[in-house]
Parts: sequence; C-alpha cells; structure tokens
Amino acid sequence: MTSSKPLLEVDGLTLRIGASGRTVVNNVSFSVSPGEIVGIVGESGSGKTLAARAVMGFIPPAVRLISGSIRFDGEEVTTMAPKRLRAIRGAKVGMVFQEPMTSLNPSMLIGRQLEEGLALHRKLDANGRRELILDMLRRVGIRDPEGAFNAYPHQYSGGMRQRIMLASVMLLKPALLLADEPTTALDAVVQRDVMELMVDLTKENGTAVLLISHDLGMVARYCSRIVVMCQGDVVEQGRSEDILARPQHPYTRKLLAAMPHREPARTLPEAATPLVSVDDLVVDYGGRQGFFRKEQGKRALHGISLNVKPGEVVSVVGGSGSGKTTLGHAIAGLIKPSGGEIRFNGKPLDKSDAAWWDYRLNCQMVFQDPYSSLDPRMTIGELVGEPLRLVKGMGAADRKARLQEVLSEVGLGDGFAERYPHELSGGQRQRVAIARAIIRRPSFVIADEPVSALDVTVRAQVLELFAELQRKHGFSCLFISHDLGVVEQVSDRVVVMQDGRIVEEGTRDQIFDAPQHDYTRKLLSAVPGLESTEDGGVRLFWRLAEPETA
Amino acid sequence: MRLPAPNALVGGTLIGFLGIVAAVSSVWTPYDPLRLSFRAKLAAPSATHWLGTDEFGRDVLSRLMAGAATSVWISLLTVALAVSLGTVIGLFSGYVRGWVDRTIMAFNDALLAFPGILLALGLLAVVGANKYGIILALGIAYAPSVARIVRGTVLSLREREFISASRVMGNSEGFTMARHILPNCIAPLTVLATSMFGWVLLAESSLSFLGLGVPPPAPTWGNMLAGSRPYIGQAVWLGIFPGLCISLTLLGINLLGDALRDKLDPRMRGAR
Amino acid sequence: MLRFALTRILMSVPTLLIVSISVFGLIRLIPGDPASLMLGDLATPASIADLQARLGLDQSVPVQFGIWFGNLLKGDLGQSINSQQAVLPLILQRFWISAQIVLVAVALASLVAVPAGVLAAWKQDTSLDLSLVAVATLLLSIPTFWLGLLLLLFFGLKLEWLPVVGYVSIAENPIAGILYLIMPIMTLFLHEIGVILRMARASTLEVLRLDYITHARAKGLTESAVLWNHAFKNAFGPTWTLIGLVLGNLLGGIAVVETVFTIPGLGRLLVDSIFARDYPVIQGCMLFVAFTYVLVNLVIDLCYPIFDPRVTAQ
Repeated sequence: MTSSKPLLEVDGLTLRIGASGRTVVNNVSFSVSPGEIVGIVGESGSGKTLAARAVMGFIPPAVRLISGSIRFDGEEVTTMAPKRLRAIRGAKVGMVFQEPMTSLNPSMLIGRQLEEGLALHRKLDANGRRELILDMLRRVGIRDPEGAFNAYPHQYSGGMRQRIMLASVMLLKPALLLADEPTTALDAVVQRDVMELMVDLTKENGTAVLLISHDLGMVARYCSRIVVMCQGDVVEQGRSEDILARPQHPYTRKLLAAMPHREPARTLPEAATPLVSVDDLVVDYGGRQGFFRKEQGKRALHGISLNVKPGEVVSVVGGSGSGKTTLGHAIAGLIKPSGGEIRFNGKPLDKSDAAWWDYRLNCQMVFQDPYSSLDPRMTIGELVGEPLRLVKGMGAADRKARLQEVLSEVGLGDGFAERYPHELSGGQRQRVAIARAIIRRPSFVIADEPVSALDVTVRAQVLELFAELQRKHGFSCLFISHDLGVVEQVSDRVVVMQDGRIVEEGTRDQIFDAPQHDYTRKLLSAVPGLESTEDGGVRLFWRLAEPETA
Repeated sequence: MRLPAPNALVGGTLIGFLGIVAAVSSVWTPYDPLRLSFRAKLAAPSATHWLGTDEFGRDVLSRLMAGAATSVWISLLTVALAVSLGTVIGLFSGYVRGWVDRTIMAFNDALLAFPGILLALGLLAVVGANKYGIILALGIAYAPSVARIVRGTVLSLREREFISASRVMGNSEGFTMARHILPNCIAPLTVLATSMFGWVLLAESSLSFLGLGVPPPAPTWGNMLAGSRPYIGQAVWLGIFPGLCISLTLLGINLLGDALRDKLDPRMRGAR
Repeated sequence: MLRFALTRILMSVPTLLIVSISVFGLIRLIPGDPASLMLGDLATPASIADLQARLGLDQSVPVQFGIWFGNLLKGDLGQSINSQQAVLPLILQRFWISAQIVLVAVALASLVAVPAGVLAAWKQDTSLDLSLVAVATLLLSIPTFWLGLLLLLFFGLKLEWLPVVGYVSIAENPIAGILYLIMPIMTLFLHEIGVILRMARASTLEVLRLDYITHARAKGLTESAVLWNHAFKNAFGPTWTLIGLVLGNLLGGIAVVETVFTIPGLGRLLVDSIFARDYPVIQGCMLFVAFTYVLVNLVIDLCYPIFDPRVTAQ
C-alpha cells in the first residue's frame, strides 16, 4: 500500500484567521495512500478539523489559506475551479460528521437525500438509484430499507442516523472518506459497531479514510498511520505501532501518559456500617395527568440497592438511558424517589429531620458540564465560598482562610478568586466546581461525569487532582461515568447499569478482568485497554480475547 | 476595550440625543409650545421658527421638544410597569410550576391572542384616553410578553447545573431564586425592555394619532401628525418633522436592540 | 400527523374560551350598569329592564357569562348603540375591507422579503447583505401612519397619480377600487418587508451553520441547490410563524392606516366605537379580531410540518 502513489498529499498547508491573524494550521504536511486509513489526533484547538476540511475546499469564510498545496489524485485542490471541485465532492471524496442529530436534513426524506448524490454523479434512472440505495441501506444494517427510504431522519436514533450517513456517503464509492469524530457523539457500544461498519465498508470499496479524532486509543486501533497535531502544528507522524511504542515528541508522550491507566488495587479499612446505603430505590418520570389524556410515566430506576463504604470510590457505568445520572441525582436529593430508602451513617433520611440536614451538608456533587454548573454572574471566590454560608458557627475570617486553602488545593491560587467563570478554561472551571464541592469538607461526593467534557490531557490532570484530594481528605465518592478507561483508573468498586437496573457489581479487578454479565462484556469489548511500556510508550490490548458480536 | 459595534454607536447616539432633548425641553424650549399666535399661522420654516408653525401659529420645534419629553416619559413608565408586572408573574409562574403555572400561562397566552394594540384599545375604552390611561393600558397589554419571556428564562435556567448545585449545597428554593435565577434574568430583560421601549413609543404615537392618546393641546408626536392631516397640502413640514422624529427614535432603538442582543445572547454571538 | 393536528386544534379551545372571558370581563370592569352601557343615552327604563332580563343581570356572574357565551356561539354579538344594526354583520362587512388590504400586503411582502432575506444570509457580511439589512431596519423603523402620509403626499398630492383618500368597493367599480387600495397596501407592504426580511435572514443564518448544509455541499451540489433545496425549507419555518403573527398584528393595528387613507375598515370601526362608547361594537370587534388571530395561527401551525416534520413527532 505505502509504495503506490499517494491519493492525497497535503504539503505545507497554512491557514490563518483573517482578522486576528492567528495561525490555526501551521505548515502541515501529510499524505494518504489509496485504501489506507490515516488518523489525525489532537485536542481541541489543534487545527485537525480545519486541516481535514480544507481537503475538500471547506474553509470557513473567516479563515484564509496562506500557503501550501493540497493534491488529490494528482490535482491541486486549492486552485481548483468550483465546477471541478463539485465534481470531486461526493463522487471522489465523501465526508462523515460528528453530530448525527444535525448532519442529515430534517425536512427531507432519507431516500431523497441519498438519491441526490447519485443523481448528480451517476447516470442511472430512478429505479436503478432506488435499487442501489435499498441495497446500501440493507448493507449498513437498516432493518426496513423500504421504510427508511420514505422516512425522515428524526425517526431514527443517533447510531442509526450515523449508519444512514455512512450509506449516503459510501453509495458513490468515493476514493477517500473524511471522517470527523464520526462516533464521538455515540454510546460506547454503538461507537464500536459504527466504527467496524465504517472500516468494513471502506475496505470493500477500496476507500481510503482520513479519520479525525481526539481519541488516541480509537485511532490507534483502526489506523495504519497517525498524524499528531497540537495547536496548528503537526508534532509527529508515523506508523501507529511506532507512535504508540516509541513516541518521540514530548506532546505525544503527554497524550499517551494522559490515557487512563489502572493502578494497583487499594485496600480500605473494614468499616462496620457503610457511609451511604441505598435500598431498593425506585424513580419514575412523567406520568402527569394531562388535560386530555393521562400520560404514562416512565420508570427510570427499578429498585437499585448499593453501598458506599467510608473512603471508597464506587463507579457507576452504563450507556445513555441506563439511569446512572438519575441514580446520582436521586442520591443527591435532587429527584424525589417514588420508593426505596437512602441511609447515611446507618440513619434513614427523611427530608424533615436533622439527619437529612447532616446529610445535606456532607453530600456534595460535581457536575458534568463546567460551562453550565457555575453561575456566570458570580466570581470564583463567591462561587467556591457560597456553601460556607450554611455552616453554623464559622466566622468571616475562618471562611476566608478556608476559601484560600481550598483554592490553592485545586491549583487556583493567586488572583483567581476575583475572576469570572467565562475567563477560565474548561479544566479550570472544573477545578472550581471541585473546590466548591469539597469546601465544607464533605464525607461523600457524587461526581456526575466530571471529566467527560474535557480534553484528554486536561482530563488526566483533573482526575489526578481528584484522586489526590480524595486520598488527602478521605471522602467517599460515587463516580458516574460512561467512560470505562476513566472508571478503571479511579474506582475501588464498579457497578454496571443497564435500563435502570444494576446488572453487575464487583471490585474493579473483578469487573475488568472477569466480567460475568453479557452487557458488561459488550461494554468492555468496545474499548481497547492500554498498558504502559518501560520506554514511555503504551501497548494496546483487547480486553476480551473474542470481541462480542453486536 | 474594542470600539462598540457601528449599530450600537448610531443607535446610542440617536437615543442619547433624544434623552438630552427631552431633558432640555423640561427647562427650556425656543417658544412656549402651547402659545397661540394667529399672526404666524402655518408659517414655513424660517430663521424665527426653524421648523415652522402649525395651524394655530404654535412653534413646531418647541412642540416637538415638548412631545419628546411626553413620549419618553410615557414610554419609560409603561415599560417599567410592564416589566415589573410581567417579571413578578413570570417569576412566580416559573417558580411554582405545576398546574398553577399552567393556569397562569393559559391566561397569559390568551391575553397574547389580542394582537398588536388591540388589547390596549380595549383597555382604553374602559380606563379612558389620557396620559395615565395610556400608561395603564399599554403596561397591562405588554406585560404578558414579559411574563412569558421571564418564565421561559426561569425554566431554562432551572435546567442548568448551577441551579442543581445550589440545591445540593442546601440553599432554599427562595434563596436559589433570588441569588441565582433572578440575576441571570437581567440580561434577557434588558434586551426585551429596550425593544419594548420602541414598541411602546410606537403604540403611544399610534394612539395619539388616532385621537385616543394624550389629549390636545398638549403636544405629542402622534397627535401633531394627526393634526397635520388637513393642512398637509399647504404645510408639508407639519407632516414631515414629527414623523421624522418618531422614525429616528425607532431606528435608534432597533439598532441599539440589535447590538444588545448580539452582545448578550450567546447563541446569536455564534452566528456572527 | 392526525394526532398532531387534533392536539393542536384542541389546544386552541381553552385559549378561545379565556379570550371570551377576558372580553366579557373587560366590559364588566366599567363602573355602572352593563345594560345601560349597552343601550347608550337613548335608553328608556323599559328597554333597560328588558335588556337586564335578557343578559340575566339579576343572576350570578357565571350565569351571566353563560347567557352571553351562548349568544356568542349563536353569532349574536348584540346591537350597535349608534346604528341599531346587529354587530356581527357590521363587523363582517368592515372586516372584508381590512382583510383584503392586509392579505395582499403581507403576501406581496413575503414574496419579496423572504428571498431577499435568504440572499442576505447567503452573502453574509458582504455589502449586499449590509445594505439589505440597513434598508430593512429603516423600513421597520418608519411607523405606518407616517409612511402612509408620505406616500399620500408624494403620489397623491405631488404627482397626482393616485386618488388621495377614500374607498370604493372593488365589486362596484373594479378599477377605482384597486386605485384606492394601492397606497394603503403599499404602506403595509413596505413596512412588513423590513420585519420579514430580518427574520428570514436570521433563521437562514442559523440553518447555514448546520452540518447538513456542509453535507449537502460535500455531495457536490451547486450553491444554489444547497441554498434552495436544503437551507430554504428548513429556514422558512420561523418566518412562516412570523407571517401568522404579522397578519394578526396588522389586523389589530390597521386602524392607523385606515385613518390616514379614510378607509371604512374594521380598525376604524373599533376606534369610532371607542369614541362613541358603543360597547357592543367594541366588544364584538375585540372578540372577532382575537378569534381571527387564534384561527390564523392555528392554520399556520397546522401547515408547519411541511417545513419541519419533526414537530409531529412528540
């Protein structure tokens, strides 16, 4: 493969934002050979998406091409006439996007959308097009292709839409597929199915793929070569195995080191009573008496029971719709359960008594989205200090001292107290959220996907900080996450949820090394594991010898 | 600091000028806006009467200045009434939720089913056409749209995680409302109040034009225009200047409103 | 789809009911005896007593409302104090005059402003976009009663192309009828261009940022195909809703334009009735316009799934 003439050659590409003159893609060069899968990896702001979109001439109006050349199949794209460019788009180069909810036209029938490209680039009559489309829809795993032909995109789930998107693009058997974070918005299990489908389909048609992703593990698993980008520069590129095993550039090493990893299991002191115990918790949503009809309620949790011991980190994993977030909110007292009991230090909680207030002061929460969890009109100092308002018998001087102490604990020492959230980066905001959660020195912290909105290296830092604080203050933690890698790194014990029920529960090593339930196995087989090697690299391995089939 | 956007600059200048004229007119106008002078009836613009005189010989410039003060005052008071009324209803409705909220909003939306100034016209029939009647009628007529926006903002803020954070902290619902929800309603309310100033000014001029506004001889831009109609063939200036004043004011408000929305509404910021 | 339509239709029932209650309540707010108010100055004690009995004034307020609402459902809105005519036929006759002006003006304005708004969005930040937005904002800022006056000055008095004021029914004299309507229609047309253009531009901009537009381009479609086949239909939804609101607002505020051109429309009827304290007519006009507005919006909403099939999904 590598010996043949490259299909795509990008050479010295430099893009700049018109007004501010900031360089967003700097002297980037890479190539893709026919049939090859190449990955571009980078964090937000790395310029990976811009560089890839430039291949098809999609540069946002504010961005200017400063220099460089892009040759597709020997032809220069940067100076190509619009008509020629349109002839290549769709027919020779296809594109798949991240957000399945917005990448298909909501007001056009799926059949019509798929037909458009065919009508444009192939000489076929309506029947011929229809046959091809139905075949392709069947190929991507749509159960009722005839039905899908005359349906609108909103009638399908995210995963299904991404399959339809793939069908739309692969219908024309392009020579190159640009896939921009094609599975990032999907659930882990679905993610893997869609990736495999994409790889199979492109292999069948000899299509090369340029895969853009923030997820080094995923890229390494599917790509033969990797291009690592950081702030507009290509810092390193080469064969996947080499990059993983012998990273040369410090940034690549940092990326690899930021990948979640397992640490030796901890032994916790035996405790007589669990700190928090949940017994047969049931939560129902909706079910209100409407004006014209009674709406059927939906049961989100079907009798959940679990314990959290003092100092223990218990993770709850599951896909979207598994009820894990509902569980976290119910335990935090944000949702009123329809049944079941929560006990704190052995005492059952009732919203009217003192035990509840004790629990309220001791149970804190870190939320998922650092852009929505901080009141935009308050300064960092006000935000972090707010919980102290409810602590009885704490003087102003004590509060101030505690605020300083906590801010420096989370690494936001000098001058941060006066700033506003919008002046901070995502990682800094999440530090603020953590500081706010621990300022009352709670004994129990619920963390709801605390790092899923963060970039890879920032995520590693925040997780590190969280672990450090947990060791230092010894609070128990309920850690809710969809990300198995993160769960493997932080947990003592793991609870696996599906459809509002706990399907499996055990110590971290039990769950990761000897999963029993089918769903757990499926989750695990969807994500590759990583092992550090002695020379600063990592080795990729499959968690289960035989990947489960979907 | 970057230079303000051009629409903010032009809009701000126009509205600033209006404010100054309105303020000045309360202490000084070139002539007494109510003084009749039959010798100078329907005089064309000249050095003595810059913008001419009307059918009773009253100085148009003085009347325009006094009219500016009347319009600005009526509009400000009306907006204040509509915003406070609407905010109270919207906050309460969004706070209690449930069937109380649904009932309040059903009534609110039904009031919104009276288009344009129709509701104000109906209320004027009840309260009577005068300065305070207008303020009351327009204030009540515009309050439902404020209530709707405030309630929508409250409900969407309630979905934000910082509200959950406040509850987890142990803050009471009332404290959360006052500390976290109300302050975050101020930005959308500012945008709304700005546009509403324009709507109210237009509505007030329309009512005055129809003869249902501030009764003559007190000058408003609307009743000056209405009074000009019989003489428009011989005294064009009577029909031109008051209309120009209303249009420039509305233009200023529209530009200022756009600029504010661009600045405060993050969704629109992305579109730029 | 059927379910969506039924739900939407049922949803307007409480609105209509509350509108009726509000209008009923409004007249009851006026101090004094409703029957004497309804009959005006010419009333005799006998006729007052008769009307008091018919309105059920000796009974509780809910019963009074029931009687009133029953009459409303039968189309009986009472009698004008001034002309002694039944209110509903009077309103319908005037409504037709106002409706033809409003409908023609909004239809024309949409035909011009929607494509112009889409064009402005497509050419965002170019001089074409900026000048279109500037013109729209300017038009939007000129109140209709002044715009009408300016047109009247220019086309009527200066050029003498068009008849200045008055109204001739199209049915009686088609040519004169049309000539008399040109200026009022043009007034509303120019004003609404500003409103609709800005909305069409904003919603198109919103849509143009979405991935499916890039996806359409990535298929190799021409820019015009992308714009009209993909962007336009999706962007038109909000504008379509706005057109419904504009129709209602114009009907509610048409009195000023009718005053400028001395047209005997519904708006003028309402204002004259307010001057004359002709309460049955005031009540009838308010109900009629509000009901029309609710129905127009209902029709608009029922058509909405054409532009966005997602709304039927819940």
